[in-house]
Amino acid sequence: MFSSFDFDVIRRSLPYLFYEGMTFTLTLTALSAFGGLVFGTLIALMRLSGYRLLGRVAGLYVDFMRSLPLVLVIFWFYFLVPYIGQWLTGASRPIKVGAFSSSLITFIMFEAAYFSEIMRAGIQSISRGQPAAASALGMTYSQTMRYVVLPQAFRNMLPVLLTQTIVLFQDTSLVYVLSITDFLGAASKVAQRDGRLVEMYLFAAVVYFTISCIASWSVRRLQARISIVR
Amino acid sequence: MNYNWNWGIFFQPNPMGTGTYLDMLLSGLWLTIKTALLAWIIALICGSIVGVLRTLPSKTAEWIGFLYVEFFRNMPLLVQLFLWFFVLPELLPRAIGLWLKQLPNAPFWTAAIGVGLFMSARVAVQLAAGISSLPRGQKQAATALGLTTVQTYRYVLLPMAFRIILPPLTSEFLNTVKNTAVAITIGLIELTGQARSMQEFSFQVFEAFTAATLMYLLLNLVVVTAMRFLERRVAIPGYIAGK
Repeated sequence: MFSSFDFDVIRRSLPYLFYEGMTFTLTLTALSAFGGLVFGTLIALMRLSGYRLLGRVAGLYVDFMRSLPLVLVIFWFYFLVPYIGQWLTGASRPIKVGAFSSSLITFIMFEAAYFSEIMRAGIQSISRGQPAAASALGMTYSQTMRYVVLPQAFRNMLPVLLTQTIVLFQDTSLVYVLSITDFLGAASKVAQRDGRLVEMYLFAAVVYFTISCIASWSVRRLQARISIVR
Repeated sequence: MNYNWNWGIFFQPNPMGTGTYLDMLLSGLWLTIKTALLAWIIALICGSIVGVLRTLPSKTAEWIGFLYVEFFRNMPLLVQLFLWFFVLPELLPRAIGLWLKQLPNAPFWTAAIGVGLFMSARVAVQLAAGISSLPRGQKQAATALGLTTVQTYRYVLLPMAFRIILPPLTSEFLNTVKNTAVAITIGLIELTGQARSMQEFSFQVFEAFTAATLMYLLLNLVVVTAMRFLERRVAIPGYIAGK
């Protein structure tokens, strides 16, 4: 079974796989997680703001994003972003958007919906007395959020946020549908060039598996450490 | 926006000669539903077995359950589909591999089984959580009544656990529906795939994707409504969800 296995094809393509592919995957994951967290927090604040309309809009956005497959959303933004760019900049034709920016915008918008639900749960887990005490101290709404509520919500939800980031890391492999050279895309390009599908896909699977395992094990450890504090 | 809107495109004949463009999308929707249902059945069966394994008092069973879940949770679904579709036939003995490759509808079966196994790990985690959320007295009472382990699970624990985890199972089913779209990469022309090919044939990108989006939303709505109904039917009296 492994007699015709060509380990050398993996060794030869290692620099390409990691310098090009994994760099893309990790950068996309990190930036999308950060952007998703920022927008997600804003959406969560909108939902909890008490203004009916704002809450409704944010709720609709979240429900909408969460009922669509990521692949469809990737296609949507891939075709839509050039037109939005044209509309924003007032250019005469749809602007050219690179593969990286297009997928980054997609993942930020998509993940914001998921992160916002986590942040909403985090904010709602803070006891009522905290914002009440903050406003008794004369803090404004933004000060209350900035110094009292959000830091605690973020900390309480850190394990969940990180778990969602691991899911995001795995989901970035879907940019494959746009023929982008992320880690899986790089593996698949080598696989098709050299006719070595078995080796390359098995190797990609092992790499994804190892990274995700280590990451989720670290999250579990972190969770154990954090939960002692409370 | 200088984009040529043409909503009438749906009623124009598609180049495949299978009716209009709308028929094309509808056949994609039907394939999405079929794949998702088969995947969900697989996910429920495998997920229940593994979920039960994780709650058994045996250390070995617990380990098998743990390894199963870690295996399917720590790889992207796309990679798993590639493994089933491209790698598995090569690793099997020649004759079986060849038979697998020549299977008609190979993308459909691969997608259903691949997505099914992927989701089964999630179902297993939910079910294990549901079982361990039950009061300890339930299991003890069953043992006191002289029920065997199988009977305890069959008549006491599982009927309770499944009803408790119905809401998270609903969202896992919705995830199953959404995840079938990943199978576009192994050549399954489901709803997203049909929208994509409609876009390639007609150049009406946004009409095609809008229609697909609406169909997904509708599918979601149907599933959520049906599950709400089911939840109310099987709610356990005495629990918050019950009467």
